[in-house]
Amino acid sequence: MSTDGPVFNPELPHRCSPQVALRPEPFGALVYHFGTRRLSFLKTPQLVEVVSGLERHPSVHAAIEAAGVEEAQRPAYLRALAGLAANGTIEERP
Amino acid sequence: MKLVEHFQYGLNSPICLTWELTYACNLACVHCLSSSGRRDPRELTTAEAKAVIDELQRMQVFYVNIGGGEPTVRPDFWELVDYAVTHDVGVKFSTNGIKLDEARAAQLAATDYVDVQISLDGATPEVNDHVRGPGSYATAIRALENLAAAGFGKPKISVVVTRQNVDQLDEFKAIADRFGAQLRITRLRPSGRGADVWDELHPTAEQQRQLYDWLVAHGEDVLTGDSFFHLSAYGEALPGLNLCGAGRVVCLIDPVGDVYACPFAIHENFLAGNVRSPGGFEAVWRTSELFAELRRPQTGGACRSCGFYDSCQGGCMAAKFFTGLPLDGPDPECVRGLGEQALAARGPDTVIPKSDVDHSRSAPRNSRGPVPVTIGMRPDRACDENPLAGLKVPVAGR
Repeated sequence: MSTDGPVFNPELPHRCSPQVALRPEPFGALVYHFGTRRLSFLKTPQLVEVVSGLERHPSVHAAIEAAGVEEAQRPAYLRALAGLAANGTIEERP
Repeated sequence: MKLVEHFQYGLNSPICLTWELTYACNLACVHCLSSSGRRDPRELTTAEAKAVIDELQRMQVFYVNIGGGEPTVRPDFWELVDYAVTHDVGVKFSTNGIKLDEARAAQLAATDYVDVQISLDGATPEVNDHVRGPGSYATAIRALENLAAAGFGKPKISVVVTRQNVDQLDEFKAIADRFGAQLRITRLRPSGRGADVWDELHPTAEQQRQLYDWLVAHGEDVLTGDSFFHLSAYGEALPGLNLCGAGRVVCLIDPVGDVYACPFAIHENFLAGNVRSPGGFEAVWRTSELFAELRRPQTGGACRSCGFYDSCQGGCMAAKFFTGLPLDGPDPECVRGLGEQALAARGPDTVIPKSDVDHSRSAPRNSRGPVPVTIGMRPDRACDENPLAGLKVPVAGR
């Protein structure tokens, strides 16, 4: 696992990277990073809601709650979001 | 539902789109998928091509694979590449390298969002030029040298694996490493002129196994364009989606704007529509009957009861179609040998479909469309006025 960049901290405000485009699809969304040219997938519509809602909330936790993610699902969502932070899809908001 | 299952039912827009910009080509490779050679007078104009790019941007198709023919011989090629990348449509283009001189290489090195893929079908001039034509190895290597000298990061070297080059995989890897390139290995398909040489050039069963083992050993290091998913039945799946993406996540726009289910299926049976028709490409992608059919669950047909069906999905639709095999049966290169049996069982009445789109320099012009008038008794030479010159008169007794 890469040790570059800041550690993912869900208490902090985040946003979808400005270099990233989300394309809605039946399963969730296709993610394209124009910087790295990597394609990835958000595999549930709820995860799409979390990711696109990040910039409207003071923390990642708040965005997860606002999207109505069940409490039991939170650890899985946090893992997915940590992965998205590591590959540059989401980033801390200044 | 797993992601791959979603893909089977189709997406709002393709993930990966191949766009062949011209049928014109300076080479005449014996296995050309699109039977290219001569430009088609109906090819999309610069304005029409830009309108397609605008549409791709609206549909959020984030990158296209541009090919041909040889796309760089289009006079507006660089203009279209620039237009695409400034409209959020990244470009990877396939070329034989003919136009990649030092100046172009430097220009490419300074451009983001452009990937270059050089075709090479032999790690030595003998093997390559036998398939791609005299001088084509030297052209490709010169292009790679120019890119490397200009500091272009990581071009791709694309190899169609054949019976003749399958033993050169390590040498191809060495060439790629020498130029800081990434190797891409794809399957020989019996499409276009490939139909004429497939029997002779497609890897033997033993070579398929050798290829699979080599690909497994090299993992994600070597790209395959998902073209060997039929070999996944040997064991572990190769990196990629491992599914036929035709009409579901991929398609082809050909030089005249016709939209086919995949780049290996230029045949009217797989023609979904044309970007010039009302609604453009988006309407074709979202509403064509052919694509709707390809997105319906497939039954597996004769392969349904096979224990490997989940891994190989019955293989490649185009490979079956152009070898005269039923689409719901085994791939001609089925790892269990069922394809070989099916090929052997083809009878004299088996119709092997042939594409009616042929721009080979040896083919009649405009092979699709009105039947061209053939002048049977054209004089041998323009100055030869005897109308019987060249007419072969049957001679009694022979």
